[in-house]
Amino acid sequence: MSAQVFQTIPPRPAPIKVEGLVAWIRANLFGDLRTSLGTLAIGAVLLWIVPPLIQWLFINAVWVKNYETCHAALGACWGVIAEKYRIIIFGRYPFDEELRPLIATLLLMGLLVLSCMRLAWKPWLGALWVVVFAIFFTLMRGGVFGLTYVETSLWGGLPLTLLLASLSMTMAFPIALVIALGRRSNLPAIRSLCTVYVELIRGVPLISVLFMASFMFPLLMPQGFNIDVLIRVLAGITLFAAAYMAEVIRGGLQAVPKGQIEAAATLGLSYWQTQRKIVLPQALAMVVPGIMNNFISTFKDTSLVTIVSMYELTGSMGMALNSDANWRPFKIEGYLFIALIYFVFCFSMSRYSRWIEKQVNKSKQR
Amino acid sequence: MSNTPPKKNWSWRSQAFRGLVYQVLAVTLIVLCVGYLAHNTQTNMRERGIQSGFDFLNSAAGFDIGESLFAFDSGENYWHAYLIGFTNTLRVAITGLILTTLLGTLIGVGRFSRNALVRGLCVCYVELFRNIPVLLQLLMWYLMFTEVLPDSASPLVLGPFYLSKGGLNFPIPVWATGQYFAAIGMGLALVVAFVYRRWAILSFERTGVPRSLFWVPVAIILGFGVLGWLIGGAPSEFNMPMQGEFAIENGGALTPEFLSVLLGLTIYTASFVAEVVRGGIQSVALGQTEAAAALGLSRGQTMRLVTLPQALRVIIPPVTNQYLNLTKNSSLAVAIGYPDVVSIANTAINQTGRAVECIAIIMVVYLSTSLITSGLMNWYNTRSAIKER
Repeated sequence: MSAQVFQTIPPRPAPIKVEGLVAWIRANLFGDLRTSLGTLAIGAVLLWIVPPLIQWLFINAVWVKNYETCHAALGACWGVIAEKYRIIIFGRYPFDEELRPLIATLLLMGLLVLSCMRLAWKPWLGALWVVVFAIFFTLMRGGVFGLTYVETSLWGGLPLTLLLASLSMTMAFPIALVIALGRRSNLPAIRSLCTVYVELIRGVPLISVLFMASFMFPLLMPQGFNIDVLIRVLAGITLFAAAYMAEVIRGGLQAVPKGQIEAAATLGLSYWQTQRKIVLPQALAMVVPGIMNNFISTFKDTSLVTIVSMYELTGSMGMALNSDANWRPFKIEGYLFIALIYFVFCFSMSRYSRWIEKQVNKSKQR
Repeated sequence: MSNTPPKKNWSWRSQAFRGLVYQVLAVTLIVLCVGYLAHNTQTNMRERGIQSGFDFLNSAAGFDIGESLFAFDSGENYWHAYLIGFTNTLRVAITGLILTTLLGTLIGVGRFSRNALVRGLCVCYVELFRNIPVLLQLLMWYLMFTEVLPDSASPLVLGPFYLSKGGLNFPIPVWATGQYFAAIGMGLALVVAFVYRRWAILSFERTGVPRSLFWVPVAIILGFGVLGWLIGGAPSEFNMPMQGEFAIENGGALTPEFLSVLLGLTIYTASFVAEVVRGGIQSVALGQTEAAAALGLSRGQTMRLVTLPQALRVIIPPVTNQYLNLTKNSSLAVAIGYPDVVSIANTAINQTGRAVECIAIIMVVYLSTSLITSGLMNWYNTRSAIKER
């Protein structure tokens, strides 16, 4: 029997790191052969595209308001924004009065931001909307309190975009509510009227509705009755948005369990009482994210009014650069600038919509 | 006594009567409104001396159309011009639908990649293109094509492809007997492939031996096509684009207008389709993926055989909406001068002043296209729905 020689157990290798940056890179970028090859290939393409892009965007870019320097430069010309930002953002609004659209825009943006906050979800918010819109119109239109009168055809840029989007959505809501209820009604005539409306509007592009508002509307009105083109376009967008919103609201109405309505009937509530006290509070809470998405698409759709010659953000940007031969070559920078504005608005709204969706679903989770 | 019919509890306050009153009121109101507007329109038209009616469709259009599938000259009538516009709309919409489906699915599936770089790029793509108005994107693409690209005197050359301000020029095969034979062969192959599919399914149900239901039919169709091409004398002549003195000559050509509408619509809509696809895939229960892993399927197989077929049921209705959106958004082509049906109507309105008729034509065209598309997709949806017993 040979004596047992004491041997230590060989040390175990240190555990592979599963946390931290290195481990994350190992797991997500170089997990196996295919992933690694993919990472390398995409990395190469990115290396090929991104540095020239950054060079063009920032390093070689010109930031001064001088078109001759811009023409000579290799990079982007941000000077065009510095030179033209006023026309791009406020359109043809009189130059001396630019404080007015600025205040109006800020007020409207403030209102929109405030409406997104929980602390503002009180009855006074509705009144605030009315007040802010009244101030907005007074400021923009003028003619009272010593403000010079500015006709609506001179309105443009960001204030017009914001106005078209927010006012048409606000007005579309009651219409959509009625239509959504109508589509779920037991009365066949009302149901079919609402269905025809929704399907008709959803079947045609917004541009045809806008054409109608700008070409056909004057024919529809009695003689000598002229409505401002802004109002006509607003009505067009409102009617269009209402059809889409009605579908969203109908989705919410359908999601309310039937037992709720039956319970309400058992309690002896009338149709309107049932809708007002039982169905709508539940349905509307569910459709807030959907309506938010509607708002985003309406916000983007307002860019279409440029086709019927109203100078909202897209139109005013085209106008700002087309009229000036020196700066016209730098349209791409102008487009990037307004794309950024649209992106900031839409992206933050979509983030908000996602947040609110979580809030809505919270009540259902236990 | 038990046979007497139940007494009618009719009263002025009954729900049925009130319902009737509401409906009659609503219908009367609508009819009155429409009648009032129609009356106004008629009076206005008479006052302003505007002609009405669709008879203008038969008069000469008097304008040229930039691009068309069929030859068109300004002497032909409006009816023809509208038809050309409609084919242009369909051309861009159908190509767009196919490309959007491919790109959207790719990006939606890419959100589930194991490679973080792929995931990140897909997120960036969706967030970037979804949040910029499609009109702005169209205008930007158009600007890229008409300003940033080199003149057609010195185009970008990628093999036989020429890219310049004049658009994209590419080689097209010269149509000869061989191509006819290939087309006939493919037609025949469709029948053969269909028969094979039926047989393969029956034999699978009988014996349990799986046979490919996708690759074999594809091989049959391609094989017959190649066979027909060979029988027809294997013509391999291409009409190659060439550098001309002022422009690129010969070959097939796509105009910058068409390309920018197509690219803009595809890229924009694909970002929405990608989100729909992602949602659909997430809706498939995790147990399905785990079960597939337990059976030893690879990740690609799991996606193709287990996840996607189930996700399809959730995906189809919202994707139908996106298809309709793409078709409707193709009307924005008017902003960059691609001669689609809206752009033709816009010109016609300006020339003839018949706004009512022209807008009615636009609406009818889009309504019918929308109804047909949603009808087709509904049919496909019922086919891919869960077969419940």
